Amino acid sequence: MLSFDKQTLLAALHRILPADAVLCETEDLRPYECDGLSAYRELPMIVCLPHTIEQVQAILRVCYKMQVPVVARGAGTGLSGGALPLKNGVLLSLAKFMCILEIDTANRIARVQPGVRNLAISQAAAPYGLYYAPDPSSQIACTIGGNVAENSGGVHCLKYGLTVHNVLGLKVLAMDGELLEIGGATLDSPGYDLLALMTGSEGLLGVIVEVTVKLLPKPERAQVVLAAFDDVVKAGAAVGDIISAGIIPGGLEMMDNPAIRAAEAFVHAGYPVDAAAILLCELDGTNEEVSEQILRVRELLQVAGATQVRTARDDAERLKFWAGRKAAFPAVGRLSPDYYCMDGTIPRKRLPEVLKRIAELSAEYQLPVANVFHAGDGNLHPLILYDANKPGELERTEEFGGKILELCIAVGGTITGEHGVGVEKIGQMCVQFAPQELAQFHAVKHAFDPQGLLNPGKAVPTLHRCAEFGAMHVHKGALPFPGLERF
Amino acid sequence: MAANADISSVLQEKVLDAIAQHIPMRIVGRNTKAFYGRADVSEPLSVAGHCGVISYEPTELVITARAGSSLAEIEALLATQGQMLPFEPPYFGAQAEDTLGGTIACGFSGPRRPYAGSVRDVVLGVKVLTGKGEILKFGGQVMKNVAGFDVSRLMVGALGTLGVLLEISLKVLPKAESEKTQVFSCDVQEAIRRMNAWAGQSLPLSAAMFADGQLYIRLSGSHAGLSEACRNLGGESLAESDALWSSVRDHAHVFFQGDSSLWRISVPPATPLIDISGSWLIEWGGAQRWLKTSMASEAVRERVAAAKGHATLFRGSGLQGPQGQIFHPLSPALMALHQRLKAEFDPHGILNRGRMYADW
Repeated sequence: MLSFDKQTLLAALHRILPADAVLCETEDLRPYECDGLSAYRELPMIVCLPHTIEQVQAILRVCYKMQVPVVARGAGTGLSGGALPLKNGVLLSLAKFMCILEIDTANRIARVQPGVRNLAISQAAAPYGLYYAPDPSSQIACTIGGNVAENSGGVHCLKYGLTVHNVLGLKVLAMDGELLEIGGATLDSPGYDLLALMTGSEGLLGVIVEVTVKLLPKPERAQVVLAAFDDVVKAGAAVGDIISAGIIPGGLEMMDNPAIRAAEAFVHAGYPVDAAAILLCELDGTNEEVSEQILRVRELLQVAGATQVRTARDDAERLKFWAGRKAAFPAVGRLSPDYYCMDGTIPRKRLPEVLKRIAELSAEYQLPVANVFHAGDGNLHPLILYDANKPGELERTEEFGGKILELCIAVGGTITGEHGVGVEKIGQMCVQFAPQELAQFHAVKHAFDPQGLLNPGKAVPTLHRCAEFGAMHVHKGALPFPGLERF
Repeated sequence: MAANADISSVLQEKVLDAIAQHIPMRIVGRNTKAFYGRADVSEPLSVAGHCGVISYEPTELVITARAGSSLAEIEALLATQGQMLPFEPPYFGAQAEDTLGGTIACGFSGPRRPYAGSVRDVVLGVKVLTGKGEILKFGGQVMKNVAGFDVSRLMVGALGTLGVLLEISLKVLPKAESEKTQVFSCDVQEAIRRMNAWAGQSLPLSAAMFADGQLYIRLSGSHAGLSEACRNLGGESLAESDALWSSVRDHAHVFFQGDSSLWRISVPPATPLIDISGSWLIEWGGAQRWLKTSMASEAVRERVAAAKGHATLFRGSGLQGPQGQIFHPLSPALMALHQRLKAEFDPHGILNRGRMYADW
């Protein structure tokens, strides 16, 4: 039962928005039915496409008054279903907020609207020798508003941090339409660190309508070393050796053999296809510093048992080395009708046993896996290959994925390093957190959104849901339908 | 041998008692930061006995320690592995007896902050005793973790108003092979301009400040890298510069002596000198500025706000001090949100009540 009438809501929205900013025909709603996690789909009741803060405010006030749930959406590239619409809710697209409002070169900040693409910020800053550091692999498409909502990472997190380390200020609308200015152009702000709380809050606490980000100077030089190993354990140990030597690479990535072969076949990056694992180690900084570190890292890799160590000869080769890594997901996607990308983080030293266990599970579930690993910061992306058209295969994949996440928790890690919980990992939240901790998350949400209208049902499970999840866990495999439907 | 004791269940009992008897408490470590924030004369809840390093994994770049642990002991332990706390924490205790928990609760960072990140940036996880008497864990011990709201970082700088910190996991970094400080004579506006111009270039900066007509720039990195960077920057090289940076960090520098009110001004770093009479010491490449002035609080805050900054009365006395408004006033909407958050963590209002803002 809806507590509101759709026609009354539509009429109210039409009063505050231009006609083309309100969509409610099925064919118009279709593009919004899912985000990057396309296994989950739902048509929203209405899509709103505002282009001013005042319009967003007016939409929120209407929805607040009528008790209509609201899901905010940027480019829809998220991988955890955080922007999955609600069939009785409004999908609030911020795609029209595409202006870079200010590049302040003296203070090295950019003030942008939430719908600005991640890469567009770096492009706008490039003439001044500056860039925005976090670079999720979807950076040509994903928007900064979504990056803040998910606390997105990328391949340079160990040295340059996640989104939370690179955002200075936000303008946020609360569910009742109240504008909150959080942080600004200063390094800190009075009161609680609401900036940290908002970052990664997955659209549950407020709607981001403006973002101020930090810009960094482009390193004078960046160079990448590619090392091949005949054993993933050796490659993992080499990562520890580099860090123990006091070197923090700009990027430090590992791929296992299935991922190497897929990437090589796709982009011809020059990867050794017979290697059990490769490491890509990018060193950046001043010219002298990079020269020294390249020599040191080459030596460390050789001592660690690398079968091959190659330094990119020029920037073109450096970009080629990276192209393989950055295209790893779509490359793996070519091997199979569908793939499912996991996102756990583990303490790096547990990598060998985690990879071994994933291989065992892969055999058990009869689903191949390719592993791509942000080795520097322990963020593991196992890609499970499956075919959604084969009955039961998606369900098996999800169960397998759930096992991987629980494995990450068991070794002292977390179920999500950078993709968010969304709808996808909400069950595993019950494993990672105790009931009182989940209750405290709900309490935080309550302080921002007492009616629970912002992106309800995502990121933080209800205790009721956890009870069901726990019960189902006991009877694993006996479930007819996985995913949202079962709740 | 460093002290090591887990008294979390004792602390939990005390908080539960305080809830039952409606007795507000103030959280105390080694009492080195009692000057900071608004005055609180309620019953002390001592966390100094809750101490010890729980785990330290140099190759994972993570340390976990109890809140009452000695900051100096933690830094000494990290140094044995060539590592450090990147935010270069200040020591305000006379014998450097500051605790980790107090540093996190106050959110204090030192000279390296603009270039290596703040104390909040390196917090990976916490175990906290809330005002409901619950012991909860948030975050974890890995670099990348976006499961659940970032309650760990919310605790940083919350002055204990949301909960009693029990354990904190921090990201650590390798120490640089070498550090050098270059000195330049110039006026303040030129110093602000240069600090910001250099921060926009690929240079291994690790601190920048202006005091007494001198601009000091610290660089950290490899020997060869630093030689080259120093040649590019120019200026005079300063020997024995560690003492200078730690004296500013710990407020032992002559600038910080005397009884006048000390303001901490946080502004966008390239902001020209703000028109407030008094003496200034400019740190963090322009982003953090210390001000000694006799100007009235309201006027200071007004001028700082006009420069898009905020002003904290870091040390003061009387009404212009712990009895009055220490932190920059919040907008009514933000203040209401703060109070709601406080109520969700400490519904009985028993923890460090009034330490941050009056009434809660």
